[in-house]
Amino acid sequence: MDLSAINPVLLIASLMVAATPLLLAGIGELVVEKSGVLNLGVEGMMIVGAICGFAISVESGSPFVGLIAAMVGGAVLSLLFAFLTQYALANQVASGLALTLFGLGLSALMGQSYVGIKPPAMAKLDIPVLSDIPVLGPILFSHDPVLYVGIAIVAATWAFLKFSRAGLILRAVGESHDAAHALGYNVILVRCLAIMFGGACAGLGGAYISLIRVPQWTEGMTAGIGWIALALVVFASWKPWRVLLGAYLFGGISVLQLNLQAAGVAIPVEYLAMSPYLITILVLVIMSADKSSAPASLGRSFHASQ
Amino acid sequence: MIRLEKRPMPSRTLPMITPVIAVIITMIAGGALFAVLGKDPIEAIRTIFWDPVFGEFAFYYRPQLLVKAAPLILIAIGLSLGFRAGIWNIGAEGQYIMGAITGAAVGLAFYPTESIFIFPLMVVAAAIGGWAWGMIPAFLKVRFGTNEILVSLMLVYVAQNLLSSMALGLLKNPEGMGFPGSRNIATNASTSSWINEAAGLHWGIVFAFIAVIFAYILLYRHILGFNIQLSGEAPRAARFAGVNPTRLILFCLGVSGALAGMAGLFEVAGPAGQIKIGFNVGYGFTAIIVAFLGRLHPVGIVLAAMLMALTYIGGELAQGTLGLPSAAIQVFQGMLLFFLLALDLLTNYRIAILPRRAF
Amino acid sequence: MTKPLLAISGLTKAYPGVVANDDVSFEIGEAEVHALLGENGAGKSTLVKMIYGLVKPDSGSMLWQGSAFAPSDPKTARASGVAMVFQHFSLFEALNVAENVALGMENPPPMRDLARRIREVSETYGLPLDPDRTVGDLSAGERQRVEIIRCLLQDPKLLIMDEPTSVLTPQEVEILFETLNKLKAAGTSILYISHKLEEIRKLCDHATILRLGKNVGECVPAETSARDMAELMVGDTLQTPTRSAEKAGEVVLDVADLSLTPSNPFGTSLKNITFDVRAGEILGLGGVAGNGQDELLAALSGEARTPENTLKVNGQSIGKFGPNRRRELGILAAPEERLGHAAAPDMSLTENALLTGRIRENLTSNGFVKWAGATSFAENIIKAFDVRTPGPHVAARALSGGNLQKFVIGREVLQRPTVLIVNQPTWGVDAAAAAAIRQSLMDLAAEGAAIVVISQDLDELMEISDRFGALNEGRLSDIRAAAGLTIDEIGLMMGGAHGMEVAQVQDDAAQGASA
Repeated sequence: MDLSAINPVLLIASLMVAATPLLLAGIGELVVEKSGVLNLGVEGMMIVGAICGFAISVESGSPFVGLIAAMVGGAVLSLLFAFLTQYALANQVASGLALTLFGLGLSALMGQSYVGIKPPAMAKLDIPVLSDIPVLGPILFSHDPVLYVGIAIVAATWAFLKFSRAGLILRAVGESHDAAHALGYNVILVRCLAIMFGGACAGLGGAYISLIRVPQWTEGMTAGIGWIALALVVFASWKPWRVLLGAYLFGGISVLQLNLQAAGVAIPVEYLAMSPYLITILVLVIMSADKSSAPASLGRSFHASQ
Repeated sequence: MIRLEKRPMPSRTLPMITPVIAVIITMIAGGALFAVLGKDPIEAIRTIFWDPVFGEFAFYYRPQLLVKAAPLILIAIGLSLGFRAGIWNIGAEGQYIMGAITGAAVGLAFYPTESIFIFPLMVVAAAIGGWAWGMIPAFLKVRFGTNEILVSLMLVYVAQNLLSSMALGLLKNPEGMGFPGSRNIATNASTSSWINEAAGLHWGIVFAFIAVIFAYILLYRHILGFNIQLSGEAPRAARFAGVNPTRLILFCLGVSGALAGMAGLFEVAGPAGQIKIGFNVGYGFTAIIVAFLGRLHPVGIVLAAMLMALTYIGGELAQGTLGLPSAAIQVFQGMLLFFLLALDLLTNYRIAILPRRAF
Repeated sequence: MTKPLLAISGLTKAYPGVVANDDVSFEIGEAEVHALLGENGAGKSTLVKMIYGLVKPDSGSMLWQGSAFAPSDPKTARASGVAMVFQHFSLFEALNVAENVALGMENPPPMRDLARRIREVSETYGLPLDPDRTVGDLSAGERQRVEIIRCLLQDPKLLIMDEPTSVLTPQEVEILFETLNKLKAAGTSILYISHKLEEIRKLCDHATILRLGKNVGECVPAETSARDMAELMVGDTLQTPTRSAEKAGEVVLDVADLSLTPSNPFGTSLKNITFDVRAGEILGLGGVAGNGQDELLAALSGEARTPENTLKVNGQSIGKFGPNRRRELGILAAPEERLGHAAAPDMSLTENALLTGRIRENLTSNGFVKWAGATSFAENIIKAFDVRTPGPHVAARALSGGNLQKFVIGREVLQRPTVLIVNQPTWGVDAAAAAAIRQSLMDLAAEGAAIVVISQDLDELMEISDRFGALNEGRLSDIRAAAGLTIDEIGLMMGGAHGMEVAQVQDDAAQGASA
C-alpha cells in the first residue's frame, strides 16, 4: 500500500473529469423534474448517447460531431418517453424503466462493431500561461472543453430558472399543471421541451464517458451513473448549483476509491467499488427528510379533459 | 381531428387484448429491425417464436421454456404485488443475487454432507437473504421516506460487487485451481434444485406455480389483496379504510424480495450450477417487463413469462443459426414494453375522431 | 343602453354523455355587474371557460364590442380585455405573489417594477398584499386577492369571477363587494357567477339564470324576490328538511383539548379543540376552507392518531385506535373529497362498499372477502338512497357528484353509527340530492346518533344543526345554540376578516373617491 502515490492535484483534476457525466445528466434531469416530470430513463439515454457519440466520432473522425450526435441521440430517445407520458398518458415510472431497458439493449446492438476501437481524441483546452500555474493550472485550466461546457450549462440553467420568463413558466408547470393550463400555458409542450433538454444533456454525459473519460466503448459502460444522477437531483434539492456540488462530491468518491484500489489499500476491490452506490443510498436517506422543495406536480400525468 | 376522451369507466376487456396487440406490433417492428440488420425478417421471427416450440429440435428447447420462465414468474409475482400498491421495487436483480448467495452458502457449508434436509434449508436461507435485501429499501422508505426506486436499484450494484467478492473469496472452490467461482452445487443431489434435469423440471417451477396460486387467492379473495389494490389506486382512501401503509410497504417489498431470493437459489443450484461472476443474466429486470405485460395478474404473468422465455431461447437459437446479435433480443423486449404502455392508453381513454368544424 | 360589451348567442358545448351548454344567449353591457346564476352542474363554469378561451364551443358565436370574438386560448381572451378569477385557484403555492401575478400577464414588467405596481394597486383597492410572500403561506382570502390583483393589473374590460365568496368570511365578502363596486364605477364590467341569491340581489345589475345548461330566464335581481330566482334556478319545488325537535341525550363524543400537527406541510394544525356532542344532536362546524376541517375529520375518523384522553366516545378513550377499531365502536365518517378519499374512483361500488363496510357489515371472514355480501350491501345503499346507477358493478367515478355523494353518505348511515362525522356533505351536489342527504342526517340524529357536520355552507348548517361552532386557523370558537345566531355573530366566530378591519377599507374607499 502506498498512499503517497496519490497526488492531490491530479486527484482533484480527475475528480472534475469523473464528475462531468454525472453533472450533465443531473442538470438535465433537474430541468425535467422542475417541469413536473420524473424520467427514470436517464441511464438509458446516457448509454445511447455514449454509443451514438462514439460511433459518429469514429465514422466522422471528429469528436465534436460525435458530441452533437450524442445529444441528438439522447434527445430522440427521450422523445419516446415524452410521447408515452405526455400523449399516451402512460405511467412515468414504468415508461422511464422501459426507456432504460430499451436503451441498454439498443446501445449494445449499435455498439457491436465498435468494441475495442479507439475514438479520435479530444484536444485539451490548454490555455497558455494559465495552465502552467502550479496547482491551479492543472486543476482549473487544462481540461477538455466539454468540462467547461458542463459548468456553463449549470450556470445557464440557474439563470434561466431564476430570471427568465420561460424559466418561470417551466417552474409554474411543475408546481401545478392545472393552474398553468387554466392560465393558458401549453403544459405538454413545455414538458416535452424539458424532456428533450434532459435527453440531450444525458446523451452528452454518456458521450463524455465513452469519448473522453474512458475512452472506449463497452456494453453497459455507464454502470449506473444515470441512476446516481437521479439521486443527485434529490441531493441537490432541485437547485442547480447544488447539482454541481453533488456531482463533484460523487466524482470525488469514485476517483478516490479508484486511487485507493490502485494504491493497494487492504480493502478488497469489490467493497471499494460498491462504495459510491452505498454513499448514494446514505445521501438519499439524509436528504429525504425534506421533501418540501420537490416540484408539487412531480410524476403526475396531465390531461386537459375539460 | 383526433381527440382523447376519458371513458366513464375503465374498459374491462381491453387490458386482456392490448398485450396481444403489443406483441403483434413488436413482431412487426422487430422484423423491421432485423431487416435493417440484414436478416430475413420472416425467418428471424420464425426462428425466435416458432422453431423452439414447433421446430425440428423442439424436443430439446421445450423443456427449457419452463426452466427460463420459472424465475421470471417467481420474481414478477412478487413485483406485481408492489406495483399494484404503487411500491416500485426495481432492484429484484439484487435480491435475486443475494438469495442465490445466502442459499448457496448454506449448501456449501454442509459440503460434503448428504441429507435431504439441506436443500429445504437452502431455500429458507435464500428466501431470508432476498427478503433482507428487500427490507433495506422498505425500512428506509418507512423510516425516512427515502425513494425505494433508487435505493433498491443502487443495491443491485452493491449485490453485484458482493457476488464478485464471494466468487473470488469466501465461496471460491478450494479445489478450483484458482479459477473464480464456487463448487458446483447442481451436481450434488443434496444441494441441487433439479428434480429431473432431462425433462427440464426443477423446484423453481413447482414454487413458481405455488406462488401463482397463492397470489391469485391473495389478490382476488383476501382483504389484503383488496388493500394492496386500494393503496395503489387511491392512497388516501386506503388510509381511510384503515390500511396501514407502513405494514403494506414492508409486506410487498419483503415478499417480492423473498420470492426473488428463492428464484436466485433455484437458478444457482440448477441451470447455473455455481456462484460465479455474471451468473445472473438480468431476470430481475426482465421480470419488470413480465409483470407489466401480464397486467400484474398472476395468470397473465405466467403467459408473459412463457413469452419472454421464448424470446430468450429463440434469441439464442437465432444467434446460432442466423448470427442475430444477442442485444437484439434485449431491444425486442424493451420495444414490447413501450408498445404495451402506449396501448394502455386505450383502457382509460377512447380515441374520438371528430369532423373538423369551422368556428 | 349602447352596444353591449359582450353578446353571446346560441353557445352550445357537449361532453360525452352530457350537454354542458345548450343554445345559451345573453348580453353583458359596459360597466355592468352581470350575474350568472345556477346550481352546481348547471353549466356556468363551462360557459365562462368558453369566454376565456379554455374551451371551444361546438356551435354558437360571440360578439365583443360588436365584432366577432372567438378566443382560441386564454392569451387571446386576455388580449381582448377578459380577465378571470377562478373558483379553484389558479395559483402556484411554491412561487411568490409577484411571480404568480407575472404568470397571469402577457407582458409583465421587470420583477422590481411589478412588485411596486402590485403594492400600488392593492392599496388603491383596499386589498393589502406583500409581493414577496410565498402563496402557500397565504390564507384563502389573501390568495383570492392575488388573483384579483393579477386581473386588475391588466386593466380588464370584463372581469369574470367564479364563485368568489365561497372561500370568504362574511366580513371579507363585504370588502370584496366594495372592490367590485369601485371597479364598476371605473367602467369595468363584471360577470359574477354564484348560486347565492342574496349576494346577487345586493351586487348585480342584471342576472342570467342557467339550469341544466339552458338559459331559463333573465331578471333584474334588485326587483326580483329571492324565491322567484330560486324557483327559476332549481326548477321544481324543494323538499325542505324537517327537523323534529328531540331532546338531546347523554354526551357521546367528548373532545378535550385536542391538538394535532398535520402530516402534510401545507396543512393546518389543530389547536386545543374542545367540544362534545350528545346523542340525537347535530353539531354544525362552519369555517372557511383550509382552517383545519380536513385535519379534524382525520383525527375523528382515526386516520390521524391523537394522544390518550383527547377523544372519548361513551367514556372510552379512542385516540390511539385506527379507523377500523373505531368502526367497531360505531364511529363512522364521510370525508369531503369523494373521489380518492371517501371512494376509490376506478373501483366498483361493490368494492367501495367493502371499503368502509367491512367491519360493521361483517364482509370478511378470516380475512377472506365475502363478495356476495359486499354486493348486496352496495345494492342496499343504492336502493335506500336512490343512487342513480346501472348497478353495483359500476366504477365510482362514472357516477355524478350527487349520486356518488348519496352513496358515500348512505354507506355510513346504513351502518347504524353511534357517532357520524361528515365533511361537506352536499358540496357540488344538486339541490334535490342535497335535501335528501340533509334529511337522512336528521333522521339519523332522531334515531339517537351523535352527528358532527363540517361544512362551508352556512345556510345548510343553520338549517340542520342544533348547536354551531366555527373553525378558524385550527382553533374552534365557542359552541353556541344555532337558533337565533345572526350572520354578524357567525362571521365573527369564523374569524372576522382575518386581521383586516372593515373600517379601514371604508377609509380607503373615501381616499379613492377623493383622489
